[in-house]
Amino acid sequence: MLRRIFIFIILLMTAWVFADIALNFTERTQLTGVSKYYVENTAKELGAANIVTAVVVTYRGLDTLGEVTVLFIAAAGIGLMLSRRKQDQHVKQRVIASEVVQTATQIILPMILLFGVYIFLNGHLTPGGGFQGGAVIASGAMLLLITLPDQPFNNQLLHRVESLSGFFYVMIGVLGILLAGGFLDNRIMALGTFGSLFSAGAIPLIYLLIGLKVGAELSTVLQRFRW
Amino acid sequence: MVIENILQTPLSNIVLITGFFLFTIGLWGVLTHSNIIRMIIGFSLISTGIHLVMISIGYLTNKTAPIINDEIKSELLTSVVDPVPSALVLTSIVISLGVTAVMLSYAIQIHQTKKTLSINDCSEMKW
Repeated sequence: MLRRIFIFIILLMTAWVFADIALNFTERTQLTGVSKYYVENTAKELGAANIVTAVVVTYRGLDTLGEVTVLFIAAAGIGLMLSRRKQDQHVKQRVIASEVVQTATQIILPMILLFGVYIFLNGHLTPGGGFQGGAVIASGAMLLLITLPDQPFNNQLLHRVESLSGFFYVMIGVLGILLAGGFLDNRIMALGTFGSLFSAGAIPLIYLLIGLKVGAELSTVLQRFRW
Repeated sequence: MVIENILQTPLSNIVLITGFFLFTIGLWGVLTHSNIIRMIIGFSLISTGIHLVMISIGYLTNKTAPIINDEIKSELLTSVVDPVPSALVLTSIVISLGVTAVMLSYAIQIHQTKKTLSINDCSEMKW
């Protein structure tokens, strides 16, 4: 009983704080501070059409490296924890997907992978980017897990793709120190025509590496959860 | 009368209130339920609510997405929303995905050693 009262009080206090914020909230009407700088200078400094991508990959590129690191540590921790599962404990028969699902997978899976690649290659032009594209690729891996539950993935390939793309991502960052303004600067390559696929310097390359890394990582995590 | 008031509320305010609601529901779920899977769902609701709140704070009245094209190129400063909260939310979604995956693997491990998913049976670390 006392516990319920405590919970109720906590929820009430949270709701009170939130209500206070929500009632006094007025929509902003103009850009201020650092976002004004980003909006003004992205096109001429970095040549990227998508300002969010410019902020994520270049202006705050170190944060994104940290984000990739967090995801890597999470994947490594899951691998450590779930690899000790006893394999022979659950030998019950897995349900095999019907023929409709199997045939549809053969048609849809290449398209899903292609769509993921499209998303992360166009991250500097349209909404999207490495993490979103990687998640789409991992959804393809999920479909594969449903269709062929007993088929093991090529783990060695996934690990290689993951570590190589992580390595080259950091290398591009270091090249930024040597050739351009600083760590993860995208101007190590020519900026190109604004708005075309090969523009914005190293951003498409970085997002390609991040997309491959996140896709491989999430696929590994998904198959770790396979019963 | 009430409906008119709701219709006149700015969009970002509705998103903000929805985000706070989701946060509170998630907190309630974490505090009251003893099933670990339900607690994880509560944590996911909390992070989704926070994402909605951050996005709504970044919205500027009647502006469009921060992607430069020919239509808005000439008057860029007055036609796009704040890009920084969107970038933060992008980071935050990935982090919350990682946290959820780690929590789920803990749940699997607990279920395997104790054959239960109730948090009340995990009292070793409780003081």
